Amino acid sequence: MQAFVKHNGLVAPIDRANVDTDALIPKQFLKSIQRTGFGPNLFDEWRYLDQGQPGEDCSGRPLNKEFVLNQPRYQGTTILVARANFGCGSSREHAVWALEDFGIRAVIAPSFAEIFFNNCFKNGVLPIILSEDVVSQLIDDASNQEGYRLDVDLPEQCVITAQGERFAFEINGAHKHNMLNGLDDIDLTLQNKAAIHEYERAAAQRTPWLFSDIAG
Amino acid sequence: MAGKTLYDKIFDSHVVREADDGSVLLYIDRQLLHEVTSPQAFEGLRLSGRQPWRQVANLAVADHNVPTLNRAQGISDPVAKLQVETLTRNCAEFGITEFGMGDLRQGVVHVMGPEQGFTQPGMTIICGDSHTATHGAFGAIAFGVGTSEVEHALATQTLTQRKSKNMQIVIDGELGRGVTSKDIILAVIGQIGTAGGTGYAIEFAGSAIRGLSMEGRMTVCNMAIEAGARVGLVAVDEVTIDYLEGRPLSPSGEQWQQAVSHWRTLVSDPDAVFDEVITIAAADIEPQVTWGTSPEMVVSVNGRVPATADGDVVKTQSFQKALGYMGLEADTAITDISLDKVFIGSCTNGRIEDLRAAAEVAKGQKVSDRVKLALVVPGSGLVKEQAEQEGLDQIFIDAGFEWREPGCSMCLAMNADRLEPGERCASTSNRNFEGRQGQGGRTHLVSPAMAAGAAIAGHFVDVRNHQAGS
Repeated sequence: MQAFVKHNGLVAPIDRANVDTDALIPKQFLKSIQRTGFGPNLFDEWRYLDQGQPGEDCSGRPLNKEFVLNQPRYQGTTILVARANFGCGSSREHAVWALEDFGIRAVIAPSFAEIFFNNCFKNGVLPIILSEDVVSQLIDDASNQEGYRLDVDLPEQCVITAQGERFAFEINGAHKHNMLNGLDDIDLTLQNKAAIHEYERAAAQRTPWLFSDIAG
Repeated sequence: MAGKTLYDKIFDSHVVREADDGSVLLYIDRQLLHEVTSPQAFEGLRLSGRQPWRQVANLAVADHNVPTLNRAQGISDPVAKLQVETLTRNCAEFGITEFGMGDLRQGVVHVMGPEQGFTQPGMTIICGDSHTATHGAFGAIAFGVGTSEVEHALATQTLTQRKSKNMQIVIDGELGRGVTSKDIILAVIGQIGTAGGTGYAIEFAGSAIRGLSMEGRMTVCNMAIEAGARVGLVAVDEVTIDYLEGRPLSPSGEQWQQAVSHWRTLVSDPDAVFDEVITIAAADIEPQVTWGTSPEMVVSVNGRVPATADGDVVKTQSFQKALGYMGLEADTAITDISLDKVFIGSCTNGRIEDLRAAAEVAKGQKVSDRVKLALVVPGSGLVKEQAEQEGLDQIFIDAGFEWREPGCSMCLAMNADRLEPGERCASTSNRNFEGRQGQGGRTHLVSPAMAAGAAIAGHFVDVRNHQAGS
């Protein structure tokens, strides 16, 4: 996974609460058995005027010119700012794969749905929680100022405006470590192999009916 | 020292290792797999040369993409076909049991698991599907994960997790006639909102929950995620134990007694402290109908479509967007909303009790001419078989419903069952998001009895009136 340390990027406002994973990537694209290639179908139903199909070349499809990411001034967006409960709904990691493939590196919102939030950290996309008031300000600024950019500094845990205004955010230590280093956490977990076996031996004594394959 | 909640008991007993930052390595007892969220996880194992840690801890079934018609002809959509075949190939390669499309046990993963006794009290259970909370009805910690975590659990039998806070939702008293578990959970979501449970594990308690069957408890826990909570759970009691006895994967013989004694301890201690407690009187809950594009946009069947959200500007904006998408005017009476399609099924309401409730309303009636399609999709092959033994299929067919093969079907419309743009559907599923049942489709979430009533009338009706009159 791509590491995340510092990032400066163009910001697009998604002025909605409860942006769900069906909106991020509609169900027909979940038929893919690949992990890549979802970017052209990010926000498919909002972005295009027709109904998209998996495997279809999107370059000739009619665009919804109203949709924020289709507007010329937001081309090259790498940071989204949206309202509360972003990523609610289905557990589909395809939603994060679509953001990542599109080029989004960070999403700022007052709150995120939990499964989506966890999925972000597996894919190098940084979910940043800032207060409702700050998010409202950022949505206004990204709407009103063309070419509005933000700096995200993960080591310092803050979002910085071009004027130097700083908004601090919280992140747990393990998430931060993995993002900074782009780590595959299966390797990290397997360093605890002995502890997992030990747990199984003990649990097989306590609840043997769950461990028919492991002698207690 | 204060007692422990049920969630804390199960969580604490599954900790392999605790890290300095408060996160833990949590042992995962069981994983359910389906075709949509597993291919990239198996591919990950293959690329890194890893094997599943414990093959028997996993069970797979294809449900999201399978056709509900003409199944003998296979899957006509080549992309869906490849995904279903990929699951079969991966399960064969990695030694994991899969119930294939022709197997009587095939069905929606959250119907199949409990039915087989794969789901048991006290377990930690995951699946690459947000409705995994369903299994919490058995007094288990069950939650949905993304594909990276599917792979992680396959490879290590663990996940790195942080403990959630505890919320207790108490539904006390007796439910009115015609009011069901679906109405309970929709009313809860209406009250606490779709993010109200974020960060919490919700234990559903109270006499009305105790009074529910396992099917009803599964419906309630299933939609915990629609209240923002990854985990919903119900304490173990005799109803739980009776349901599990004799299931194919339930413990047997001496181990059954041993398991039952352990399971009886799986309740919150009387002095356990919850971070948040919400109490709702069962008698206050009426049949619920969602009117918008989020499950929290819900009112009673005798209510009206609201215009604003009590001075909350952001929420009022979402209400207006939702009304536009749904093609509804504010202040419309719910019973004046007419339907194009009706869907009865899904991991929320595709179990035998749900089909019985819908059949009771449909019996001797006809689906309205206004309704183009009324689908009944059993949750599994075994539910279908049971319903046919009880003659429910014939009641539905006589009334003009279509009786289909098991799968997720029109809950998320990955197969051919879907809404066309602008079509309006009464659905027993769990999400009314924009485009969920087909691009431009408009979904109203209801209970099975309410869906059957709507199919017959062609618009929403208070199913309590029907039942009073029949």
